[in-house]
Amino acid sequence: MTDELAPTREHWRWKEDRWHDRGLRWEDASIISAGIDVGSVSSQAVVMVDGRLFAWSSIRTGASSPQSARDAMARALEGTGLEVERIHFIVGTGYGRVNVPFAHKAITEIHCHARGANFMYGDRVRTILDMGGQDCKAIRCDERGKVVNFRMNDKCAAGTGRGMEVFADLLQVPIDRVGPMSLEVDEEPPPVSSTCVVFAKSEASGLLRQGWPKEKVLAAYCSAMAHRVFALLRSVRVEREFAITGGIAKNPGVVRRIERELGFEAIRSDIDSQIAGALGAALFAHALEQKARSGGGERR
Amino acid sequence: MKAHHGYEDGSGRFYITVDTARCNGCAECVAACPARALEMVEEDPMEERLVAAISEAHRRRIRYSCASCKPTGYDPVTLPCVAACEPDAIEHSW
Amino acid sequence: MITVGIDMGAKNVKAVVLIDGEVTGRAIKVAGFDTDETAREVLAAALGQASVSRGEVRGVFATGVGRNDAPQSDGTITDVSAAARAVASLRPEARTVIDVGAEEGRVIRVEGGKVVDFAINEKCAAGAGAFTEAMARALEVPLEELGPLSLESTQAIEMNAQCVVFAESEVVSMIHNNVPKPDMARAVHDAIASRIVSMTRRVSGGPPVVLVGGLARNVGFIDSLRRGLEIEAVEIPKDPEFIPALGAAITAART
Repeated sequence: MTDELAPTREHWRWKEDRWHDRGLRWEDASIISAGIDVGSVSSQAVVMVDGRLFAWSSIRTGASSPQSARDAMARALEGTGLEVERIHFIVGTGYGRVNVPFAHKAITEIHCHARGANFMYGDRVRTILDMGGQDCKAIRCDERGKVVNFRMNDKCAAGTGRGMEVFADLLQVPIDRVGPMSLEVDEEPPPVSSTCVVFAKSEASGLLRQGWPKEKVLAAYCSAMAHRVFALLRSVRVEREFAITGGIAKNPGVVRRIERELGFEAIRSDIDSQIAGALGAALFAHALEQKARSGGGERR
Repeated sequence: MKAHHGYEDGSGRFYITVDTARCNGCAECVAACPARALEMVEEDPMEERLVAAISEAHRRRIRYSCASCKPTGYDPVTLPCVAACEPDAIEHSW
Repeated sequence: MITVGIDMGAKNVKAVVLIDGEVTGRAIKVAGFDTDETAREVLAAALGQASVSRGEVRGVFATGVGRNDAPQSDGTITDVSAAARAVASLRPEARTVIDVGAEEGRVIRVEGGKVVDFAINEKCAAGAGAFTEAMARALEVPLEELGPLSLESTQAIEMNAQCVVFAESEVVSMIHNNVPKPDMARAVHDAIASRIVSMTRRVSGGPPVVLVGGLARNVGFIDSLRRGLEIEAVEIPKDPEFIPALGAAITAART
């Protein structure tokens, strides 16, 4: 615990992104719905037109959650000609879900993730693992994307993006290289023994001093992370098909090791794994608008 | 739905599980908890039914919130929230 | 009779030389990555201070997280037993012993010098000294100044984060928002103390409460603990970080 813990810098050079379907005409839509997911590290907005994916954005969450929500929404609508006032129903979710001031309703990220995964991966998905910036969730759902069982851990950095960032920092490796580098080992080393990121970091420093190359240390850490997450998954009992969402889905070092422990692969989607929460929120928004119009509910 | 509220860290796994299918919304557990860790929330986005859940303020320190109800030692203990729940919807993992 | 106790702690290795019940030598060194080597050095230093040779030592007992790796020990005892035994010899009336080191926090209930019950907060940096270390770095303050700094706090603020890693991020944004450093320092001590206090609710032995271990040197933590326990004072023996090693030496003498 004596090493030079560099002040936490963001080695995470995060790619902000947006997309929209130029072939879809929102002007002809009956229902335009949107979902905004404000997380601790990143924020996403998704716009749907009659239940079809129309536009999305993914940006870094700034100092203000409400502002990040507005920025994500604006980014998603860029170049579409659609204005936020024309959207019929907006659902907010994520860490800052209560901070989406222009949302009609807030829904927990658990429900939004399950619904979004159901859209992205199809109705055969039953188990979802989401590893976000500061939390880790295991969700079981049915064929409609309705949650049956879930466990979330947002207390401890182990198994989260921040936890991974600490290691990227220690080893001076860009975050998107962590996964690939960890797979460049001839033999899988034993995982670091500590679950706690702070203690694991001390352990890793010790390993580096013993002459371990960076790849080996990364492998040991990714292995420990995968194992830790696997334990969380096991506690909700994994049923196929299994999908991984969130930033860490893009870390092959952790994904591959989880798949190894499970004995099968996670299903993939063409849609960016980061937007699952916002996507589910947009789907709920669509359903709630439908319900409101048929007299079954209210737009608050 | 089994909603597990709590956390795990190096010290262990600390979750309180509410079976929302069994929960009848009576809120007796909320009143029974000396730490005021429980609250009623809308669980299913499409319905307006309220069920019990651990509040945000307590979720990440639930081990400590529940400490006074869980003395160490080997005598089994009746937890006030579990005792108050008639449909048996609450479980503690530790 | 001459015995030695070695505490192979997570951060520091400590050794105590006991001659007929009196501590005559002690030494402490950062464990580093070759703990074997450090233990040997610390043992030699403590013996040197006591002007005693290795051959004159009747027994060496080890405690601490690395106790099974202690070179040349005649036996080991748990940290809980070590702290309890040492405190029982120094302050027989003590009913609660709190031992907070770099990586673990323990609350021990003692009756008549015997351990009756205990609770441990382990493997999570937020319940121990590792938290203050990380905060000292985040606040850019030497560790030994963190305690005094926290006593300058004018208001209690609550940390949302329950994990050292998340707390570091929270501190970064609090610094951005010009939250005074003393208040943040106090918040950290309060956070560690509140975990310990919750554990005392489970194990409650009541006063007198004796605090030992490395964190007993931290005046900020002592204050937070005292306030959290709602008692007049928390007692701290001389050289609190050597208490578990003393307990090991006492055990060696009784064996």
